[in-house]
Amino acid sequence: MSTEDGRFDLDGAWTLDERVSIRPERFGALLYHFGTRRLSFLKSRVLLDVVRGLAEQPSARAACAEAGVSGTELPRYHAALAALAESRMILRRSP
Amino acid sequence: MTSLLEEFQYGLDAPICLTWELTYACNLSCVHCLSSSGRRDPDELSTDQCRELIDEFERMQVFYVNIGGGEPTVRPDFWELVEYATAHHVGVKFSTNGITITDEAARRLAASDYVDVQISLDGATAEVNDRVRGPGSYATAMRAMRRLKAAGFAGFKVSVVVTRDNAGQLDAFQAIADRFDAQLRLTRLRPSGRGADVWDDLHPTAQQQRALYEWLLGHGERVLTGDSFFHLAGYGQSLPGLNLCGAGRVVCLIDPVGDVYACPFAIHDAFLAGNVCRDGGFAQVWRTSELFADLRRPSSGGACTACSAYDACRGGCMAAKFFTGLPLDGPDPECVHGHGDAPLASVAAGTAPRPSQDHSHRQHRTGPVPVTIGPRPLSPASVVPRPLSGPNAIPRRPPDRACDTNPLADLELGHSEMPVDVAG
Repeated sequence: MSTEDGRFDLDGAWTLDERVSIRPERFGALLYHFGTRRLSFLKSRVLLDVVRGLAEQPSARAACAEAGVSGTELPRYHAALAALAESRMILRRSP
Repeated sequence: MTSLLEEFQYGLDAPICLTWELTYACNLSCVHCLSSSGRRDPDELSTDQCRELIDEFERMQVFYVNIGGGEPTVRPDFWELVEYATAHHVGVKFSTNGITITDEAARRLAASDYVDVQISLDGATAEVNDRVRGPGSYATAMRAMRRLKAAGFAGFKVSVVVTRDNAGQLDAFQAIADRFDAQLRLTRLRPSGRGADVWDDLHPTAQQQRALYEWLLGHGERVLTGDSFFHLAGYGQSLPGLNLCGAGRVVCLIDPVGDVYACPFAIHDAFLAGNVCRDGGFAQVWRTSELFADLRRPSSGGACTACSAYDACRGGCMAAKFFTGLPLDGPDPECVHGHGDAPLASVAAGTAPRPSQDHSHRQHRTGPVPVTIGPRPLSPASVVPRPLSGPNAIPRRPPDRACDTNPLADLELGHSEMPVDVAG
């Protein structure tokens, strides 16, 4: 979960909630959480790669790097991941 | 970057969610039934055909379906199909008038993450509700809600079609939802199915529309609308939601015999894309139908182009225009700027398209309208029964649902900057 001030811990280990289903689309992907019945939109394929990489990488930052997200782009992806954590699509896991 | 709205206009590989009407059979005869339901159709999909369709939803990753009818729960295989869907990763939200929600059913529903329930209620009092939905229907809905609450099912939906009679009860509806730990859902009355017969008498007045808009702006966070009031965005401020007609782009309807329509409110041959049994399956229809390809092309604003509100309201609801006889590229009949008034006045009586099917209980077609709508007198047009044959015959009407669910039901989209948009 993001911390109380809304910041997202890029250096933490994260994973997709197991109740979330991913459907790739032309523009990125749709995520649906069967528990909360919420839908989220990933508006790029790169973000989809980041999300899919979360479970394998030691940190969200590493998942971004693995997907080719460079320094100047990082804040945007940071914000996107924070939104996903906010809606419980992705969860903290033990590293 | 392209906005989501633009992306949606070109359609998706599969609908985000779709409405699936399982049967035309219904224990009620609501005067505004969008599917003119009542009697079962002998050609309704069999249990096996329903299972195959669910398999296809799973392959297409249709995350969930809105099941309706008719009253879907009167199908003997209803619970079996719900179980089959959820076991195959297709979530279910079903609309019901509550008739089969026993204590045991409520407990089973409360135990499932994958099933959501929507109870139809069209009046915050029995008096208002039963005028539209029939005697005893308020008590049935209340009983179902009590049972769901007792079983610990928090967050089920109380679904209300806003009419002239109940538009003043919005706070009372919210109080009912709160009392049962439920969420209120308000949707727009459409002139579809039997709704066409009562439209003139039941659609909210301009003043009520304005009050509804203000109420939604104040309560939008808590209330679902199935995105059905996007025509109200013409007042100036967008309501939460897509604010886009999703017909054939992100939503569609599958009726009890497997016909695929662009949306649950447009059940007419003009919006029929194909059949899941005859035309190569649902995915084939969704992806290759010419009708859907047309709907996914950018459309012209027509007569609305010059209007400053067009970007907000997008000309309103296709089905509402169609069944009131208005051109699809002009204003909505309930255009908040009144631009629908003149075109409506020029529609000759009896020329608006009629539904192509009617499964109403027979007394509705042979006798006078059995339910009185409100204290004021009905206009003659909606009271005088029409003959079953001859030049003034009632045309067969399209199927629709007793409980009208817009397929965008739960998609209350909030737009964040990018690249994530979160819906809740």
